Amino acid sequence: MTSPEAAQKLKAKFGDLISELPEFRGESSVALADAEKIAEVCVYAKRDLDFNYLVDITSLDNYGDDPRWTVIYHLRGLNHGCELRIKTNVSEEKSVLPSVISVWATANWHEREIYDMMGIHFAGHPDLRRILMWDGYPYFPLRKDFPLAGKESELPGIAFSRPSPMAGGPFVTVAGGNSAQAREPRIRIPETDSLETMGRLERRKEIQEAHGHPKGPGPIEKNS
Amino acid sequence: MPTVQDIEFKDAAARSAQAENLPDLQEERMVLNMGPSHPATHGVLRIVLELDGEIITKADPDIGYLHRGDEKIAENMTYTQFIPYTDRLDYLAPLANNVAYALAVEKLLGIHDKLPPRCQYIRVMCAELARISSHLLGLGAFAMDMGAVTVFLLIFTEREKIYNLAEAASGARFTTSYTRVGGLMRDIPPGWLDQCQKFCDEVIPALNDIETLLTRNRIWVDRIRNLAVITKQDAIDCGLSGPNLRGSGVEWDLRKKQPYLCYKDLEFEIPIGSVGDCYDRYMVRMEEMRQSVRILEQCIKKIPGGAENKTKEPVNYDNGKIFLPPKEKVMTKMEELIHQFMLVTEGMNCPPGEIYFGHENPKGELGFYINSKGGGVPYRLKIRAPSFVNLSIISKLFQGCMISDTVAILGSLDFVMGECDR
Repeated sequence: MTSPEAAQKLKAKFGDLISELPEFRGESSVALADAEKIAEVCVYAKRDLDFNYLVDITSLDNYGDDPRWTVIYHLRGLNHGCELRIKTNVSEEKSVLPSVISVWATANWHEREIYDMMGIHFAGHPDLRRILMWDGYPYFPLRKDFPLAGKESELPGIAFSRPSPMAGGPFVTVAGGNSAQAREPRIRIPETDSLETMGRLERRKEIQEAHGHPKGPGPIEKNS
Repeated sequence: MPTVQDIEFKDAAARSAQAENLPDLQEERMVLNMGPSHPATHGVLRIVLELDGEIITKADPDIGYLHRGDEKIAENMTYTQFIPYTDRLDYLAPLANNVAYALAVEKLLGIHDKLPPRCQYIRVMCAELARISSHLLGLGAFAMDMGAVTVFLLIFTEREKIYNLAEAASGARFTTSYTRVGGLMRDIPPGWLDQCQKFCDEVIPALNDIETLLTRNRIWVDRIRNLAVITKQDAIDCGLSGPNLRGSGVEWDLRKKQPYLCYKDLEFEIPIGSVGDCYDRYMVRMEEMRQSVRILEQCIKKIPGGAENKTKEPVNYDNGKIFLPPKEKVMTKMEELIHQFMLVTEGMNCPPGEIYFGHENPKGELGFYINSKGGGVPYRLKIRAPSFVNLSIISKLFQGCMISDTVAILGSLDFVMGECDR
């Protein structure tokens, strides 16, 4: 099987949903009209066309056009050596398409990265939270309307995705927090310190909610 | 084995009376924060480990501490300007990154198979030197984490020679930026090939030394045999690439399967593992270095023009619209002056379209997806970093391992955070 044949087989199976794009530099691409069907197409490509390796998932911001997002899947079959690119468009209002983790486990981090950088959601992803930026970061930096110089954002008091296991303890330096003197564990007053940590958690939650950030997993519950 | 309750309350009645009031010690999990600055995480990887005693029940890697936004930066500069940024992806093998990026842009331009043969050979040699350099360091760090410090000293002696070679060719030891779109920054200097041959002659005995220290070392073997076994199926499903994929027995090497440059004229073999444990990954890397030396030696013999390039073999793609013309012509000829001006101010005029190019980097498949709308600046440049994908398997691998195994597993996966976080 060659890559163009694989593209034709996809077209034969899914009909009008699939349209073949012109070959460029020897690479075959197909466009999928309905992003909701991407998981089905991927299952077929893996089971019947033996595309067992997902090289990459990428997203594209067609800023100013509608639909705004393009999500691009790079498929490869290690047994037959063919490669195929599947592209599908998602509108900005919707910004969600089905996850393909159940087809290839490697999609997990790729989808998290796309969510982190572009703000496209993946329905059915078990753990969709930010991966490169920190949890609570309000913007999506790879969007075309995000400036290269960056935007000022309120740094969450805790610059980790979750409170660290020793948070609130005497030997933890809190980012952007107290002065060096106040951090000195020997003069610490535990009551006020824990109040301060709680205050920061509240503020982080506020920032997240103000920007429509989906609720991440809460802090790890302490066993008592 | 008696539980803590059994020992504390010997009487069964007292035990059951106390049972309701006691916290369930069996169920208690401890959360341990490993990294981001832990010597075994080779950079700034943070892993949140949930432990049941010494056994890891859950591992949650937290990456992004070295995120610089390379993809965003790429959208705002010409293709040539981005080359120095590729040095900083896998900073243990900058030469290989340079080659990968240049080939990706050349594929977009449609000239990747029209490069002059001398350029192809030099690039292959660069990529293989980078592979040896990266594998040596990965191996040295792996062994040092396991307590075998001598290996680390041995490998640095050899890596130093590679740095010298990189310096002689490009002028820089780490941030080489040696390739250009359509060619190289400059030809290799006279005497470089002899120096390279000398390195080849010296690195094989050094590898033998390392092997005598490790390969049959009882401690080393007992420590990493059958540890963190990745099955063939898992390796493919999780998208592993490079030595980690081949260690699991999948015979996939882009140099063989999708040959680029002059790899199809060179003889080399692809080592694969049989079990997929840490030991197999170690052995695959050892053998790959020997194969790289084999490639280097063939290149030294076959390179068109030889050491001095007396026959004046071209090194760069001869097209003033893509590659900067020679400086003496720029100063004297009108057309070359215009080309120079256009290339420097606007960059080369790339056709609209999209390409993906995967390069067999030391760590795995380094891929560049470039979406161009025409002009000298990419509309979107996505870096498919092998370390990013290879790391995504660790939450699965760590489950059920002892906490002291984490350093061995991380060492055997051989990742670089500069590339993972981009």
